[in-house]
Amino acid sequence: MFTDMFAPEKLTEAWEIFKTEFPLALWETFYATLLATLFAVILGLPLGILLVAGEKDGVLPLPAWLLKTLNVIINLLRSVPFLILMILVIPITRALVGTTIGTMASVVPLSIAAFPFIARLVESSLREINPNIIEAAQSMGASPLQIILKVMIPESVPSLISNFTIAITTILGYTAMSGIIGGGGLGKIAINYGYYRYKYLVMFLAVIVLILLVQGFQSLGTMAATKLDKRSRH
Amino acid sequence: MIELRNLSKSFKTADRTVDALKDINLTINDGDIYGIIGMSGAGKSTLVRCINMLEVPTEGQVLIDGVDMGALNTKQLREMRRGVTMIFQGFNLLMQRNCLDNIMFPLELAHADKETAKKRALELLDIVGLPDKAKAYPAQLSGGQQQRIAIARALATEPKVLLCDEATSALDPKTTHQILELIRDINRRLGITVIVITHQMSVVEEICNRVAILDGGTVAEEGDVAEVFSAPRSDAAKRLVYPDLAESAPTSRAGERTLRVVFNGTKTTASPLITQMAIDEKIAANILYASTRTIGESVYGNMLLGIPGDDETVARAVKYLTQRPNVLVTETRQNDEKGE
Repeated sequence: MFTDMFAPEKLTEAWEIFKTEFPLALWETFYATLLATLFAVILGLPLGILLVAGEKDGVLPLPAWLLKTLNVIINLLRSVPFLILMILVIPITRALVGTTIGTMASVVPLSIAAFPFIARLVESSLREINPNIIEAAQSMGASPLQIILKVMIPESVPSLISNFTIAITTILGYTAMSGIIGGGGLGKIAINYGYYRYKYLVMFLAVIVLILLVQGFQSLGTMAATKLDKRSRH
Repeated sequence: MIELRNLSKSFKTADRTVDALKDINLTINDGDIYGIIGMSGAGKSTLVRCINMLEVPTEGQVLIDGVDMGALNTKQLREMRRGVTMIFQGFNLLMQRNCLDNIMFPLELAHADKETAKKRALELLDIVGLPDKAKAYPAQLSGGQQQRIAIARALATEPKVLLCDEATSALDPKTTHQILELIRDINRRLGITVIVITHQMSVVEEICNRVAILDGGTVAEEGDVAEVFSAPRSDAAKRLVYPDLAESAPTSRAGERTLRVVFNGTKTTASPLITQMAIDEKIAANILYASTRTIGESVYGNMLLGIPGDDETVARAVKYLTQRPNVLVTETRQNDEKGE
């Protein structure tokens, strides 16, 4: 199947496609990922905070039924495979973007798939905080909102950044998958050329670019998390 | 003045109710350094948390200058907590903020003006002896330094009361001494009432003027430190004052009488007391047990001496030893000691 992949005419053909289609595809993947992450954080961060602060012993206890409902919704959304979720949310996509085809349209299912994931990541980050620090803030007369905004979030910034980096790389993988049902970007190129037209070299090139993107995001994220953590001794 | 009236606190677990505090009555006067001492599980931490309502008492009242803490609404309680601040065993500084921002934190919570807050924080850094650490992060400091920053933070809102929850338990003896000195200094200079929760006798001996001994959720004994420690009445107090006696009661030789000598801030002198007694009075005392500490220039602790001889010798020994100020001597019977 891959025997003549590196034949001279295949190489020239792949190089042509790389030059003409990859810059736009890279840009599409890039902004779909960042935009979806942004929306997912906007939804997932407050949700994750509620999951921790809203507990019985939390700083802002919520009614038990509400917390339970939130947990069930998150688990439900997390258990639907992304491919199926994309199909399920088509009506929402159409209502929000006006179309179900293209990169912008893929941002909707991407955000919906990612925000429960982000909520869980935020939850785990906030649980790492030493509860005694929260007690200290309470002893100084901090309100629940002040504890959330001035203690819980700032104290878990390094952990949040690490977890958001994990989320970005996962969402990047999802954008590639969204190429199957109309999403744009590198995933679309890999599927269209590699799967439908047997141009495996193009597919491999798309995968290599995706790997480089993941590496880039991960290095940036790790660097930021380390640099911003004031717990290191220098 | 802080009054605890009929204070009780119980925790409900899945299968039973635990009474952490049972009917506590205490009065803490303004300017006191009040020690609350007890073994782990005695309810000390719960008690101190009831004072600022971090734990809501099941029954009873906490009155601070006549204000019933339990009757305040959440907003009033937050205001009140700025006047009753706290330091902790684990320091509990914000690790992602530098020292200056940590000290400014309570003022920020109170919506204080930023410039005023900064000025106040810099003053406090001076008071706690770390003027050059404004820009340092807590992780870069030693335990003792972190506790100093925590003390500065606790003083930021100009409190009337400072609660210390095992504040020196994570520190080495030398650092403990320095932190206690600082707390004493703050108590004297700023007139802040201090409540010290600890399991260490030495902490109470060093800085407290009054003490309550907590045992199994109740106050076993309460009073002036000198009184309670020189003549403990309750079992809990005796266990604290003579920690080693329970395990290995010292035995005296036949024909020996036993004297308990309590040193309660006795000034040290050039000549060792027991040796000097042997020279001056020709009494060769046998040291059966000794647990003394020298803090600054004073000795604290107690000793059991075996004195050979008759009533007259014992009387002479008692007379000789009690010449020194702050020494208390009582004759004990061996059987009493073993019985405990």
